[in-house]
Amino acid sequence: MAKKSKVKKMLFILSKATIENVYAAFIMANGARMEGIESEIFFTFFGLEAIQKKKLEDLRVATVGNPAMNIPTMLGGIPGVEAFATKMMKKEMEKLDMPPVDEFLEILSDSGCKLWACKLAIDMFHVKEKDLIDDLDGILTIGDFYSRADQDGTQLLFI
Amino acid sequence: MENINRNEQGYLTDFSQWAKEVGIEIAKENDIEMTDEHWKVIDYLQEKHNKDEALSVRGIKKSGVVNIKEFYALFPGGPLKISTMIAGIPKPKSCI
Repeated sequence: MAKKSKVKKMLFILSKATIENVYAAFIMANGARMEGIESEIFFTFFGLEAIQKKKLEDLRVATVGNPAMNIPTMLGGIPGVEAFATKMMKKEMEKLDMPPVDEFLEILSDSGCKLWACKLAIDMFHVKEKDLIDDLDGILTIGDFYSRADQDGTQLLFI
Repeated sequence: MENINRNEQGYLTDFSQWAKEVGIEIAKENDIEMTDEHWKVIDYLQEKHNKDEALSVRGIKKSGVVNIKEFYALFPGGPLKISTMIAGIPKPKSCI
């Protein structure tokens, strides 16, 4: 018998659009579903970029202000460096069979992971509903999202 | 079933002990009644395992055997970990 986890539901709030943060949220949300745990992602602020049809293919890794990149901040700011670093990272991810953002969103949705957009951020960035991915489950306020956390065994994670 | 060697998580430690009946018993432990659709997935998993190819949910998606929605519906509560247990192969180490 597969052991039942005490964690029943993982709720992620994704507020950033850099590749490393988006994938962290996606991998953990997918991993939860694979373990039989419910999962949902609430996309807010820059996290909204990951669910906008025209923007999600163009997410990048942060080369400035990221000490772990091991390149001087000034170099990181030179045009093309960010794109190059992103290309390299995507290549490594492909080797590990990590799906690109659009395919990953499709996998998440098909796995039963709920995808929500933050109403406040939508209003603030003037994002139109038609610009959002078709797999989106809806637009919520933070209050709506908290109500989805209102059960035993739920964990909330801010990324 | 008592003669079958399994690890603490329930996975077979020796694939040579696997038979369809063993798979059916493990499925029952997980409240799954095996159908032809289930066996198609099990065949696919064993074939991949024999070829030493890594298993992932993306691989399932590309397999053409089932789509992801069907996969979750066939093996509720952790599809890849339950289906591999039924197939008598180790739990995949992949994070995706």
